[in-house]
Amino acid sequence: MAEMTTPKIELRAIRKSFALSRGQVRPVLDDITFSAQPGEFVAVIGPSGCGKSTMFNIMAGLEGASSGELLVDGDVITGQHEHCAYMPQKDLLFPWRSILENTSLGLEVAGETKKAARARAASLFAAFGLSGFEDAYPFELSGGMRQRAALLRTVVQGRDVLLLDEPFGALDSLTRTDMQSWLQGVWSQNAWTAVLITHDIREAIYLADRVVVLSPRPASVRLNLTIDLPRPRGLSMTTSAEFAEYERTLLATLHEETLSSRKP
Amino acid sequence: MKSSITVKRALAPRTTVRAALAPPAAILTALVITWQVAVTAGGVQPAILPSPQRILQQGWQARATIWENTLPTLQETFLGFAVSLTVAWTLAILIDFSLGLRRALVPLLVASQAIPIIAIAPLMVIWFGFGMLPKVIVIALVTFFPVTVGLIDGFNRTDRDAINLLRSMGANRWKQFVYVRLPSALPSFFTALRIGIAYAVTGAIFAEYVGAERGLGIYMAMMKNSFRTDLVLAAVAVTAFVSVCLFLLTYVAERAIIPWHSKERRSRHG
Ligand SMILES: Nc1ncnc2c1ncn2[C@@H]1O[C@H](COP(=O)(O)OP(=O)(O)O)[C@@H](O)[C@H]1O
Ligand SMILES: [Mg+2]
Repeated sequence: MAEMTTPKIELRAIRKSFALSRGQVRPVLDDITFSAQPGEFVAVIGPSGCGKSTMFNIMAGLEGASSGELLVDGDVITGQHEHCAYMPQKDLLFPWRSILENTSLGLEVAGETKKAARARAASLFAAFGLSGFEDAYPFELSGGMRQRAALLRTVVQGRDVLLLDEPFGALDSLTRTDMQSWLQGVWSQNAWTAVLITHDIREAIYLADRVVVLSPRPASVRLNLTIDLPRPRGLSMTTSAEFAEYERTLLATLHEETLSSRKP
Repeated sequence: MKSSITVKRALAPRTTVRAALAPPAAILTALVITWQVAVTAGGVQPAILPSPQRILQQGWQARATIWENTLPTLQETFLGFAVSLTVAWTLAILIDFSLGLRRALVPLLVASQAIPIIAIAPLMVIWFGFGMLPKVIVIALVTFFPVTVGLIDGFNRTDRDAINLLRSMGANRWKQFVYVRLPSALPSFFTALRIGIAYAVTGAIFAEYVGAERGLGIYMAMMKNSFRTDLVLAAVAVTAFVSVCLFLLTYVAERAIIPWHSKERRSRHG
């Protein structure tokens, strides 16, 4: 059914190499093709350094691909575009702005008045568990709250696609589990399309409708696995037999990649 | 987490100011006492090296004259430093926006520091007379460089990922500057400001020394010529006091303008 609609975002044969000194080139992305349907949650896993962040930079329009096409709603996108809201690996909350000012930054940059931007961001504070912290400064927040604020800053921009680059990577495992089930909850109440980079296999299965596995650098798509678990997903689901089966499959694919990459 | 921050906030700030002042004050007192004892016991002539007590006494008697000479020095310092800040901000912003200007201006800025002020300052008097202008130029010349370099460096210290975040939001170069590069540079700016202000007072004294109608610099020169070592040193003490006050003022300004900086730093290191 999902295959019939036009994908929200689609990468077609994206390649990217960086020019290094002395005429050398470093190929990073090698023929990346995948798509996300409207409202779909796609997780991307791959060994570190394989090119995931580079792929996001291309999707967010921060960098051009060497070849290939990027499509949003079926239209080829070239140059500057603003379809994706980007949540970088670091939370990048600015110490000189209060949490409310940080979260409304994207709207302000887009030209909304400060007042309107802040009102819109403020309306999401309760859903993001940040009520009462509007006027707090980033250093006063715990790691989990900072990540939620960074996600709010991303979501409130109202872009077509959310790009989340290892949003929970720096959190301790207890906080991470909390954040995952919280994200799962707000997710089910919204029609967001998202691509999530993670290196946590369980996080990918728990949150995503589909998991894309990348090979080591230069990255290409090795596996495109649909996660057919019912929603809303409870934490108990992570101990089910199906969950374990997905985990085995992904682990095997990733492991095979890591092993083969070690060979000369 | 939350409670530990509250505790830190309650304990950290005010007490540290007094704690920070105590050790230097103790050392200074010890030095002054040693000086006093040495001069008194050794029977040194006041014209060669007066005792601290004599400096204080004579300085106090001449307080009206010293004050009259302090005001113009302060005026020159502020005006010169204001010119210096204007030049520094303008240059730094131009350089931040244009690679061409960076290539053209940075070597010239560095070269400008090779100008020996000691040789230029007397010429300033010949060119511009004994008024305010030559002092303002000398002060601006000796202080704009550290401030400009501090600003350029501060702009460049902006997190690249933060720039990318702004770009993903659709921010053009100007908005990137206003929202991220400028605030990121402010901590470096205040550091540079402290270096600049320390040079500013010295610059003013120096500019006056080679020729002025009024000011602490010319006062020192005249007192030296009439062998009033005690009054020269009294004026030196006033100069030092003014410098320290201006230096502390930069901290007040920093706390007022970027209060987030010290809080952030304290929360990270405390
Ligand atoms: N601007 C660049 N110039 C040269 N090499 C780069 C550049 N950006 C990234 N790379 C290289 O591309 C590879 C992939 O980086 P990245 O996309 O950050 O990986 P990941 O996010 O998967 O850990 C790395 O080996 C990195 O060194
Ligand atoms: Mg990365």
